[in-house]
Amino acid sequence: MLHGTRKNLAILAGVIAGMWFVGTASAADQKEILIGAQCDRTGPTQITGTVFCPAVQDYVNLINSQGGVEGYKIRIDELDNGYQVPQAIEEYQRQKQQGAVSMLIWGTPQAEALDPKLEADHIPGTSPGFGAAAAANGAKYQYLFPIAATYWSQAGAAVQFVKDKLGGSLKGKKIAYLYYDNPAGLVPMPILTQLQQSEGFELRTFAVPPPGVEMGAQILDITQRYRADFVIMHVFGRAPAVAMKTLKQSGYPMSHVLGFVWASSEADIKAAGGFQMVQGYNTMQFAGVGDNYPVDQQIIEMYKKAGKAPPAEMQSSVYYNRGILDAALHIEAVRNALKLTGGKPPTGEDVKKGFEMIHDFTLGGLLPPLQVTPSDHEGGGWVQIFQVKGDGMVPETQWFRGYRDLVLATVNTAS
Amino acid sequence: MFYREAGIFKTSYAADMAMLPVPSARWAAAGFAVLFVVVVPLICGEYALTILNLILLAVVGAIGLNILVGYTDQVSIGQGAFMSVGAYTGAHLITQLDAPFWIAVPAGGLMAALIGALVGIPSLRIKGLYLAIATLAAQLIVQWTINHVPFISGGSEATIQVPPPVFFGITLKSQVQMYLFLMFFVVLAMVAAQNLIRSRIGRAFIAIRDQDIAAEIIGIDIFRYKLLAFAISSFYAGVTGVLYTYYLGIANYEQFELDVSISFLAMVIIGGLGSTLGPIFGAAFITVLPIVTRLALNSVGGLFVAQADLASYVPSLRLAIFGGLIIFFLVVEPEGLNRLWRNIRTWFRTWPFSY
Repeated sequence: MLHGTRKNLAILAGVIAGMWFVGTASAADQKEILIGAQCDRTGPTQITGTVFCPAVQDYVNLINSQGGVEGYKIRIDELDNGYQVPQAIEEYQRQKQQGAVSMLIWGTPQAEALDPKLEADHIPGTSPGFGAAAAANGAKYQYLFPIAATYWSQAGAAVQFVKDKLGGSLKGKKIAYLYYDNPAGLVPMPILTQLQQSEGFELRTFAVPPPGVEMGAQILDITQRYRADFVIMHVFGRAPAVAMKTLKQSGYPMSHVLGFVWASSEADIKAAGGFQMVQGYNTMQFAGVGDNYPVDQQIIEMYKKAGKAPPAEMQSSVYYNRGILDAALHIEAVRNALKLTGGKPPTGEDVKKGFEMIHDFTLGGLLPPLQVTPSDHEGGGWVQIFQVKGDGMVPETQWFRGYRDLVLATVNTAS
Repeated sequence: MFYREAGIFKTSYAADMAMLPVPSARWAAAGFAVLFVVVVPLICGEYALTILNLILLAVVGAIGLNILVGYTDQVSIGQGAFMSVGAYTGAHLITQLDAPFWIAVPAGGLMAALIGALVGIPSLRIKGLYLAIATLAAQLIVQWTINHVPFISGGSEATIQVPPPVFFGITLKSQVQMYLFLMFFVVLAMVAAQNLIRSRIGRAFIAIRDQDIAAEIIGIDIFRYKLLAFAISSFYAGVTGVLYTYYLGIANYEQFELDVSISFLAMVIIGGLGSTLGPIFGAAFITVLPIVTRLALNSVGGLFVAQADLASYVPSLRLAIFGGLIIFFLVVEPEGLNRLWRNIRTWFRTWPFSY
């Protein structure tokens, strides 16, 4: 037993020493820019991550196969924090030590915890579709870039969409807000309650306690007692599929249901019983849906050249395209930064300025017409509604925003 | 630790009560103190210190849970909830009243102790798994309350940002400063726990653990001591919560959810229940192992799969290896890493004549 222990320890020591050697042996390339990525393929957000993270890798590979950015190769260091804040801190320090000039952040609490560190180290980070809504204010959150519609912008756009759908006026209409009972679920409330007063609709909230796999009572309440004219739902994980299924079973018209951005993927629809089950369901998107965008085609082409089938993750185009959005904006920011430095390796500070120079970079419509500025790190808060039709999703609106003034006012008072 | 106790004769009560009874133990303790307080901050880089800081944070919470689970045998999976109680108490004191750390840290601990004692009440009637379920309820109730009471959650996203601690005019910002700050609390926590266990209270805890009915018969007030165990353990958790808040710069209950409670329970079990060094080994094991396995997989994984595909294998494989290693170590030594360490020591103490 004791001899065994000692032997085991020796083996362990050997393995560690071996790793150290291999780790130090792989020296970094000269003309290379490192982007740190925290991307969860495990843990509670793996439904998103298992598609999002491969897309980030694919896009970076595509850029490198086209010769990189201004002669620099992009290297992405992907780490999984399992949605744990302490691990996110450790990974941040590691990537910082390796010289990352920008960071893809994963998760709301992680974004909040890393924000002061990003500021102290002058490294920009992105939190598309999550994180504090107040982070849209670039004057306060100097190095944090939501770069996609925050929950406040999503709420504004949702009410705008419902208004258009219900004939241009919300007076006396009943809107049900079905939300996941966690901090993120409550974020849109300030916008919704302010709009309720100004637009004169009735608003009732229905909380779904985590893990959100049973909501018969709430849906019955919405459809039978409250008799909502429209349902806006802001749920995560497995909850969207359950909500869709239960609403459908109770006979509620799916064309009067709108999901926020994390209730809007193909995976959710498939889990709810497939596209045929939820015809008419409205999904909110901050990146395009489908693989008809030129960049998706280029990635398919790249795989073909390597003699491989197109990535299976592309089937889940909602999360795939969001991964492309996040990666593409980082690389565009690096490209802008290189213009600033005249080809010298950019610092985090330069890349931050690069982010703030992003204007109308849309990759053929996959991205909204973003206008990132030093004061607006959200880039305008654009969303697009796609509706489930046939065996897929079709655009129901163009890129649009709702009640932008109100959202901006709320951002400014919050921060 | 590193000492042999032959030929030690105690001639006074003070010597008999000493925490480190033999000279070599005192030398070893002094050596460790110099190593961790002077040498480590000097030679370790920022990244290594980050990992050490995460271990130190976990150590405080694990020591506290060990008092409850290891010494008193009351199972709790609500440690995360008590941490969030401490975190929010501390955060409010820091942001609203500008409280210094020497007020915020104990205050967070006391508030958690109060809630912990309340949660401990069912332990008078139920034991084992049933008690675990009762503490699970506490975990969920605390989470719900924080999320739904804006007075506690502090508004948007249930997140409160706090400034770093200030020590005599020095703002503790860098990893080295945080390391020394956390180390101070770890030493305090260790010495306090060790002395507690040697005292009347600690002996009562152990008596309750070994056989609670017998303990009651010999005159131990079970009601009082079980609640005390919950309160003390929660105090440690609350302190850990405030320290996390200082370290991360935010209080947010989503980082103290059920999985955190369970990983703390795993720390004390893997480290060794009812031992002084156990929680430290356990905290280090649970914190470092995922990092080491990731490093190992990333560096040697390229030999087995294409470098490009590595990213899709590493996260899941890492979890599998992490789980496998926990099972491996528990099978090798069910009494935990502390026992493993003692076995190694015993082997060397008679070396080279181990028979």
